[in-house]
Amino acid sequence: MSAVIDDHGHADHAHGPAKGLMRWVLTTNHKDIGTLYLWFAFCMFLLGGSFAMVIRAELFQPGLQIVEPAFFNQMTTMHGLVMVFGAVMPAFVGLANWMIPLMIGAPDMALPRMNNFSFWLLPAAFLLLVSTLFTAGGGPNFGWTFYAPLSTTYAPESVTYFIFAIHLMGISSIMGAINVIATILNLRAPGMTLMKMPLFVWTWLITAFLLIAVMPVLAGCVTMMLMDIHFGTSFFSAAGGGDPVLFQHVFWFFGHPEVYIMILPAFGAVSQIIPTFSRKPLFGYTSMVYATASIAFLSFIVWAHHMFVVGIPLVGELFFMYATMLIAVPTGVKVFNWASTMWQGSMTFETPMLFAVAFVILFSIGGFSGLMLAIAPADFQYQDTYFVVAHFHYVLVPGAIFGIFASAYYWLPKWTGHMYDETLGKLHFWLSFVGMNLTFFPMHFVGLAGMPRRIPDYNLQFADFNMVSSIGGFMFGATQIFFLFIVIKTIRGGPPAPAKPWDGAEGLEWSVPSPAPYHTFTTPPEVK
Amino acid sequence: MADSISMKKLVTRLLGVVVAMFVFGFALVPIYDVMCKAFGINGKTAGQYEGEQTVDTSRQVRVQFLSTNNIDMPWDFYPKHDELTANPGAVNEMIFIARNPTDKPMSAQAVPSIAPSTAAAYFHKTECFCFTQQVLQPGQQIEMPVRFIVDRDMPKDVKHLTLSYTLFDITARHPPVAVNTGG
Repeated sequence: MSAVIDDHGHADHAHGPAKGLMRWVLTTNHKDIGTLYLWFAFCMFLLGGSFAMVIRAELFQPGLQIVEPAFFNQMTTMHGLVMVFGAVMPAFVGLANWMIPLMIGAPDMALPRMNNFSFWLLPAAFLLLVSTLFTAGGGPNFGWTFYAPLSTTYAPESVTYFIFAIHLMGISSIMGAINVIATILNLRAPGMTLMKMPLFVWTWLITAFLLIAVMPVLAGCVTMMLMDIHFGTSFFSAAGGGDPVLFQHVFWFFGHPEVYIMILPAFGAVSQIIPTFSRKPLFGYTSMVYATASIAFLSFIVWAHHMFVVGIPLVGELFFMYATMLIAVPTGVKVFNWASTMWQGSMTFETPMLFAVAFVILFSIGGFSGLMLAIAPADFQYQDTYFVVAHFHYVLVPGAIFGIFASAYYWLPKWTGHMYDETLGKLHFWLSFVGMNLTFFPMHFVGLAGMPRRIPDYNLQFADFNMVSSIGGFMFGATQIFFLFIVIKTIRGGPPAPAKPWDGAEGLEWSVPSPAPYHTFTTPPEVK
Repeated sequence: MADSISMKKLVTRLLGVVVAMFVFGFALVPIYDVMCKAFGINGKTAGQYEGEQTVDTSRQVRVQFLSTNNIDMPWDFYPKHDELTANPGAVNEMIFIARNPTDKPMSAQAVPSIAPSTAAAYFHKTECFCFTQQVLQPGQQIEMPVRFIVDRDMPKDVKHLTLSYTLFDITARHPPVAVNTGG
């Protein structure tokens, strides 16, 4: 604790942020960069959400009403790309930037200048990507999975912009991941052993390793596309001796770990929040760490379950089917641990806890539909239907997004120094909860009945459920504007937050005042 | 923590992982070919026939032929017969016919596929028009042979094979030379 006194002795070191716009352009402060990431992610969330609104408006009734099918394809593609690479991933990197140094007692991220660079690559990448919508041939229209030859031989001219945008996002993610690993491995406070780290730090460490393992493969994948399109190679062109199915293998080798990149940090955040509001330590900390690591490992050997119908050999179908089902084991460990943490706890349901509990329940629904999809023979029917859409939206919306909302409410007092309005927070939760379920639950039914995904029109028999989905979608979308209002209201004022606003909270981040000073832990704290 | 490795070393190692994984992405291309060969998928049939050269007259296998034109490929392309009956160990031949009905010289590449994949390792092509590219002058028609041997060791439960070809227009990639000899 002498560290704090020491700090006051060197007042010239404890300077605040620079003034004006250049503060944000040139900042190397982990809190500033975290804030930038979070705002960027929220802007992209609204942008990707507005694309989803176009999709839901078109699907409100059968027939073609609002947009041309070609534009509808661009909307489904851009919705996926913007949400995955622009909203969910940067939001988690933002949380990592803000919270990891505070949680492990580090003064900043390990590589602050690279941190600045990895953030500022993102606006450039998305400017490049979104600008394609205004080009003559239109933006990417081949689905967010950009299967060749749709994305090579039959792609719009703008595909090259898309490829470079993916390269930039990849470089940004890789640098962000290297930074996280370097911070966690090298900058922990004395006494903070690996097995004492908060679970959010653990899940992010594992996520960062996944990122540096698979983002380069994605970069390789789009590089092969680039070469096929412009340099006459035939990686994915059957006419020249290549194979479009190879594209799917390369893409999903990246793509499956990618889905865990989007969910593991949410697992970590929820593992911080549930113990806080249950006022009990996390049940089975060690098993949580090992379960996360197992999920990460298994994610590398299950990719072909995305392509059961391309004609892989029977032994392959069986291997990928059983390997996929195996993931349910560590995931089950986590869900049971969360339930056991809540068991007989003194639970209260503030907004972060509501989002966290909804996360556990709704993510499990998404997990179960995932198990159904893992059954290779059943997948032959479910493939490319709205059942798949329902499945991955159940793991991503109440999974990743609710995890981010829960984190935002949980740490907003630390970030802003103000308590958010609990009534408004709860209203946001319930509107999101109802809207989200109204949107995605009926998709299970229309999917099982055979409604194909990515098509702007549908059979009359699906009309009622689609209208329900659209109403839910508009409700969920509008609710997020309300979230923006809550956050701005909290930044501008509200009851002052104490250093530890949640009585059950544990961790170093609550030992610094709220709002967290511009520089924290310049002298490392002692962890016992 | 101070006892861990230096920052420079750590970042270098992590960058090493990134580079290795980028290379691995490209290594997936040959790995994919090897796996296809091992599992007999993606039209990868077995190499030269080195088994017993005598004909197994006690067994008959139906071999069906399919031809498909890839999108926008205007050629007429079809096998002379839809199927034949082959004895394992014997050399069989089927003629495919291709005609260029357009007024421009064109080049084409046929890409084979065989089903069921469990039998692919027992199907040996000694000659195939898919080994080379075809160039046809306007209106020219050719007969293209494929010769093959069905392995005597092919699993007994396989009684029926399908050999399918998809014909791709590769004129843009390999411009044909216009000559006046064709008819």
